[in-house]
Amino acid sequence: MPDAPPKRKITLTVNGREYTAEAEDRYSLADFLRHALGLTGTHLGCEHGVCGACTVLVDGEAVRGCLMLAVQAEGCQVTTVEGLANADGSLSPLQQAFMDHHGLQCGFCTPGILTTLTAYLRDRPNADEAELREALSGNICRCTGYDTIVRAALAAAGAMREGGQP
Amino acid sequence: MEGADGAPQGRQAGYAGGVKPAPFTYHRPETLAEAAEMAASLENARLLSGGQSLMPMMNLRYVAVDHLIDLNPVAELAGITIDGGRVSIGAMTRQRAVLEDETLARCCPVMREALGFVGHVQTRNRGTVGGSLAHLDPAAELPGLAALLDAGITLRSRDGDRTVAMADFPRGYMTPDIREGEVLTSLAFNAWPDGHGWDFREFARRHGDFAMAGAASLILLDRDGRIARAAVVLIGIDDGPVRLSDVERMLTGETPSDDLFRAAAALAADRPMAADALVTETYRRHLAGVLARRSLAVACARAANGGGHA
Repeated sequence: MPDAPPKRKITLTVNGREYTAEAEDRYSLADFLRHALGLTGTHLGCEHGVCGACTVLVDGEAVRGCLMLAVQAEGCQVTTVEGLANADGSLSPLQQAFMDHHGLQCGFCTPGILTTLTAYLRDRPNADEAELREALSGNICRCTGYDTIVRAALAAAGAMREGGQP
Repeated sequence: MEGADGAPQGRQAGYAGGVKPAPFTYHRPETLAEAAEMAASLENARLLSGGQSLMPMMNLRYVAVDHLIDLNPVAELAGITIDGGRVSIGAMTRQRAVLEDETLARCCPVMREALGFVGHVQTRNRGTVGGSLAHLDPAAELPGLAALLDAGITLRSRDGDRTVAMADFPRGYMTPDIREGEVLTSLAFNAWPDGHGWDFREFARRHGDFAMAGAASLILLDRDGRIARAAVVLIGIDDGPVRLSDVERMLTGETPSDDLFRAAAALAADRPMAADALVTETYRRHLAGVLARRSLAVACARAANGGGHA
């Protein structure tokens, strides 16, 4: 067996907290979050950028966690699903809307959908249904049929317009 | 082993489980000169831009490299410059930035219309113009736009800059004219005059998928309403984008009409079309004709409307 490839130290901020851990150059950001940092809320489905389950926010923008290397996130601000709730632990309006409107069943795709919508609704709080469906086109859900997800997103957008955070 | 404090015990032990790409060494140049030097000197190296195509290929191990040169830190490669009618887009400009650039949308509205078809919001946040050109997927929108706009593609090496016309850039299936040691730096083209009409459309089973076929057109009308200048491109039908110079010649000097669009569409479809497991040549030819006809009709209507939305 050849020697294991060398690792390098990576420091980044996740959900407002600074972490330092080691990773091989080839580790994806999603694997790093899950396995080096123990933040298993980020899910990996296809691992080639199609399903959207691994979506996290890097410096505020939604990206595929499986298509970015951990080493590329050095010094970045990352937000995962674990970082979406309010400081007191209560659900964000978006999360609450997903509960209220049955926006999830098995929950596997949910972290990617919540992170995607968190960034999208922050930028476009007046998004209509067609825009939300387009924004969600990069996230695959095999349970809900999407309608309840769209309903939850519309409800969250409404709650945001009344002054809440996504 | 330095784990994150607070990480569950034993996580590190299973750490290798999720890894997909074959091992490589990651390089992080800060300047274009440094990147070009690395590209020239490192063996079996690939340049990493947005990673929305290369990373899946590496995860699936279609591609295995010894060195990965990350262009993301090279700030000088990102940005859109519009000077008079000349548009230059840096290779590391994100697809989202192109989609959202208001000045570009005014002087070259076909860009925004086409970028809406490129992947999804998450992939456009990372995906770049240069990455899409270098990857050269047959159905990709950005190479199609480059062909439509007679763009030049500039490459930097240790020896200096070289500019290739988009018409000469594809050398075969997913094989761009990029030589060893070259870094794609920008895409540049002359914007069409104010008042031109435009259209970009494609057919895919699901929005955001690679298209089975696509068509794009630019139309400039003269004072009498005749077509003074036309550019028409099909994507997804061959190894690279196909510029339809025969159709453009047919259109020039003519007055737009449904009969003209039908004749142009028939000519557009009268060429070899790729076939694959999902789309037969016959079906792709049908799609190409329909898309070309609709694209020309909309571009001409927009031109007749002074470049506004018809």
